[in-house]
Amino acid sequence: MDTSTVPAKRSRRPQRRPPARPARPSSRRRTLRTNITAYGFLCAALFCFALFAWWPIVRQVVLSFQENNLVDEPKWVGLDNFRTVIEDPAFGQAWKNTITFTFLALLCGYVIPFAVAIVLNELRHARGYLRFVVYLPVMLPPIVSVLLFRWFYDPGPGLFNQLLDFVGLPGLSWLDSTDTALISLVIVSTWMNMGSGVLIYLAALQNIPGDLYEAAELDGAGIFKRIWNVTVPQTRLILLLMLMLQIVATMQVFIEPYMLTGGGPENATVTVAFLMYQYAFVYGGNYGAGSALGVMLMIVLLAVAAVQLRLTRDEKR
Amino acid sequence: MANTVDMTAHPETAADPRKVTPPSENRRRKGRRGAWADGHSRTIVSPLELKSRWGNRIYWTVLTAVLTVFTLVFVFPLYWMVTGAMKSGEEIAQMPPTLWPKDPDFSVFADAWELFDVGLLLKNTLFYAVGAWLFALAVDVTAAYALSKLRPMFGNVILGAMLATLMIPPIVVMIPAYITVVDVPIFGWHLLNTPWAIWFPVAANGFNIFLLKRFFDSIPDEILEAAEIDGVPPWRVLVSIILPISRPILGVVSIFTIVLVFKDFVWPLLVLPDSDKMTISVGLSQTAGQVTQNQIMAGLVMASIPMIIVFFFFQRSIMAGLTAGSLKG
Repeated sequence: MDTSTVPAKRSRRPQRRPPARPARPSSRRRTLRTNITAYGFLCAALFCFALFAWWPIVRQVVLSFQENNLVDEPKWVGLDNFRTVIEDPAFGQAWKNTITFTFLALLCGYVIPFAVAIVLNELRHARGYLRFVVYLPVMLPPIVSVLLFRWFYDPGPGLFNQLLDFVGLPGLSWLDSTDTALISLVIVSTWMNMGSGVLIYLAALQNIPGDLYEAAELDGAGIFKRIWNVTVPQTRLILLLMLMLQIVATMQVFIEPYMLTGGGPENATVTVAFLMYQYAFVYGGNYGAGSALGVMLMIVLLAVAAVQLRLTRDEKR
Repeated sequence: MANTVDMTAHPETAADPRKVTPPSENRRRKGRRGAWADGHSRTIVSPLELKSRWGNRIYWTVLTAVLTVFTLVFVFPLYWMVTGAMKSGEEIAQMPPTLWPKDPDFSVFADAWELFDVGLLLKNTLFYAVGAWLFALAVDVTAAYALSKLRPMFGNVILGAMLATLMIPPIVVMIPAYITVVDVPIFGWHLLNTPWAIWFPVAANGFNIFLLKRFFDSIPDEILEAAEIDGVPPWRVLVSIILPISRPILGVVSIFTIVLVFKDFVWPLLVLPDSDKMTISVGLSQTAGQVTQNQIMAGLVMASIPMIIVFFFFQRSIMAGLTAGSLKG
């Protein structure tokens, strides 16, 4: 979203500037003064960004080539950290899990909210209630949702198995089985995050001009055709944007495996972010190896961002 | 039932199906009353189809189904949490479970308050959230003002660099960020277990700057030039002209920042490990292994209440902010 506007803004700026200039009584001294004032206003933000946003990104790359435990003098080790990480049996599993998680989360957290938003937009009653309710889990601290679902997943008296039992189905072992552990995490994650997607789609749907539907209807398009030929193209930009946000969000899945499974059973729920945390903060401070994983994540994210920029640019043309 | 529907088939659109409310007006009205009478513009299903016999039936079936499913999926878990807290140790493990606790026991909330030290945790979290809010607002508003109105050299480069950080979620850089907090470069500060470990990174929020700058951009330069000619210094312009106009966006940014700090888990887990300094989320996660299920639930209820209250009061700001950031595409 934000990045997509950057090139647009940059290209618009030079055109806007010339007319603004002559209007001001500009002399060189004045511009210098404005600049000084402006940087005076900017300095606090520059300080925060430089130290806590920009520097960590650079540091991540530096660390990934170092052996560093924060106590001894850091040592340059070339690609050793990357080798350590890649040779870890959990490495492939972590990427596979992250990708599966992303895929499942897209299925649940991308398609379902859009469908829900379409239905909600058609309803003429209880809209306020429905919107409130769908966003409620988003407001809760994630720890609440996660611990609540940990109880629901309890194979014995947990809510889910009791419900299955109630309708006469056999219970599942949810978090304890390699087959269901990952999908269980996806369910929690979807439950606590889908509200924002629904509301964003809803706002986008409300901006679709009604006469487009009118015209489609006159042309004899049925309801599903109207959705496919009017709703989807009209919301394409926001759909693309949300796709990317969703991918970025699943890259940072951490609290679910951390609190619910600890990466188990048999590494079935180890995600890349979780593995990174373990290297740095559980296996005795191997910051270099953790950073090597972090660098890989950053590369993936940048690739996603590049694709996104490309797509939105084509779209705008 | 048929009667109700005839009355509710939103009169405005029914009277003139061509009428399309401009989106801006539409959105504003919708915020006030999410009901049918708000000039709701034409959607996929036409009003005519809705009014037909079958359309009507289907509409009510769908409405009932959606209401039921939403309540079950989003409200029932919370109901289960609250009632679970009030069940006794045996009842909570009982199969099949009871829908309503046989003997609602409110003392568990007092127990959980003691066990988790909820008072201290909430106080800490509130302190971090309010501090982060004030600090982030001060830092981001001045920066956005400089970038939007004073337009210094390289302003766009700086803005671009700030927005670029949004591509990389904080978790991905948690290791170097943690190391930075342990030993801040140049200054050599040790921020672990201090509130600044939360406040500095929160202020470095490209999204806030983006929202604020976009709002400031919409304020006409003429007003500011008039003030400038009168010799009003820039900080006075910011405080007396810009800020009063910008109240809505300040509200959005404030709520976002507070909610962000309140909900955050990983970062406070890393940088506030001291049990006297923990946030509510981290505190709950640390003690959850040592107490009984109903006590955990009581703790969760108490951790959710502040956020639910915030949501009740600031629902409009929250929802406006949610769509403001993303809609412009």
